[in-house]
Amino acid sequence: MGEQALVGHVSDPAAPEEPHQNSTNLAVSLRDIRITFADRSGQSYTAIADADLDVRDGEFVAIVGPTGCGKSTLLNVAAGLLNPSAGRCAIFGNQLKGLNRKAGYLFQADALMPWKTALENVAIALEVNGTPAAKARERAVEWLGRVGLSAFTGRYPHQLSGGQRKRVALAQVLILDPKILLMDEPFGPLDAQTRTLMGELLLDLWSRDRKAVMFVTHDLEEAISLADRVVVMAAGPESRIIGDFNVGLERPRDPAEVRHTAEFGTIHKEIWQILKKEVIKAYATEDEA
Amino acid sequence: MNRNKILFLRVLTAIGMLVSWHVLTTVPAPNKPLLDPFFFSTPLDVLERTAGDIVTYQMWYDLYITLLETALAFFIGVVSGIALGFWFARRELLAAVMDPFVQAANALPRVVLAPIFALWFGLGIWSKVALGVTLVFFIVFFNVYQGVREVSPTVLANARMLGMNDRHLLRHVYLPSAMSWVFSSLHTSVGFALIGAVVGEYLGSAAGLGYRIAQAEGVFDVTGVFSGMLVLMIFVVLIDGLVTVCERRLLVWRPTAAATRTT
Repeated sequence: MGEQALVGHVSDPAAPEEPHQNSTNLAVSLRDIRITFADRSGQSYTAIADADLDVRDGEFVAIVGPTGCGKSTLLNVAAGLLNPSAGRCAIFGNQLKGLNRKAGYLFQADALMPWKTALENVAIALEVNGTPAAKARERAVEWLGRVGLSAFTGRYPHQLSGGQRKRVALAQVLILDPKILLMDEPFGPLDAQTRTLMGELLLDLWSRDRKAVMFVTHDLEEAISLADRVVVMAAGPESRIIGDFNVGLERPRDPAEVRHTAEFGTIHKEIWQILKKEVIKAYATEDEA
Repeated sequence: MNRNKILFLRVLTAIGMLVSWHVLTTVPAPNKPLLDPFFFSTPLDVLERTAGDIVTYQMWYDLYITLLETALAFFIGVVSGIALGFWFARRELLAAVMDPFVQAANALPRVVLAPIFALWFGLGIWSKVALGVTLVFFIVFFNVYQGVREVSPTVLANARMLGMNDRHLLRHVYLPSAMSWVFSSLHTSVGFALIGAVVGEYLGSAAGLGYRIAQAEGVFDVTGVFSGMLVLMIFVVLIDGLVTVCERRLLVWRPTAAATRTT
């Protein structure tokens, strides 16, 4: 495949030539990751084959790819929720064993504890990590304010809208101040307007301390409008990373406004050419099955 | 629907039933009533007997005994159900091995155990408590088992990513999830605890509401049987109302069908 080594806009001077030499600067370093599942009939299915991905400290990387290509699976490896069948995963230069303690994870599905109020959901994150209850609640109130939910601290998740629940989840993850933020199509279930607003909120919060971010999405526009780098994954099975593009759009950005710039259009076109083939391939395999 | 209208129709239905009972058992047609009051009693007799009994010490003592048995059966059943439900849910091998035995034990009609329990635990309250426990235990056990196994994998993964250890997970994730199932079966389990107590008393005892009914029945005192049933009914309605209040407070986080949402 010709596009295997395709790298767009290799102009970032901070990019290390040989990632291993400077591996402590890498928040996440995935090498030769292979994921094989055994399906029900006993046959093995290789979801990801030989995927390499580096995320530098402070870098916002979006991962796009057709449905079912293993984007979330790769994220779960970085989170330590899933052990790769082969390959290595290093976090800030250290081999990852067990759960990734340096990472916060924002899930696609509702992950809040439905029996706790918004405030309790956020405060518990600190409490289980040793913060006294009173202090934890105080900080939780502060964080709920930051995500615009000051008036909803006493609500249970079912009393909140989808977007509000995502905000609570975001506060719950960010209150622990993780060095790495893993996001699995976090705004996927939301409507278009809410998604845009959530993107804005996310960039605003991120710009304060620039954590390393791995942001999985199937929405290319969302990926480009938020990220420093967009990584494209091939259609499964045996998915790999087949494209890596730097997004040169200046920061701070307004993710809604930036979509109308000419630069955005150029990058979008470039990535879409690669992505489109994979989406078509994914449809083809889906039809076979 | 109009609430007043429903209430009105309900009262009308109650009056209708009482009046027909009264007419059928007291009005001669033509020389004697259609239903013999010896077998069917009359509503006024039942009310009179109940009003007379309600002021006696014996009635309150019997109520107390039944309530005590119900409460003990409920708490022992709930605690053991939760403990074993958790244990089985977390140990897959244990659950797989024990499954047929649990199913078999649950399939047994519990009434047949009453004589055995009377032999083992005597005619006092404990044989009734044991009968109630065998009923309550299985309801709670199955609900806890289900509740622990059906914790959303996302909620669990999220909790672990937030840094929860096994103890935290038990307290903040598994237990609340299991308890929500237990609470949703609260009406059933309280009801079964009461059935255990009353059936146990009915089959052999020296006190309690079931004992009153059995005694009255033993001397063909139909008025006494109905009076006992009336007291039992009022008792159950009161307990059920109490359970509803508890349920509302404990399950405040759960969405109801009519939950309103502000966006």
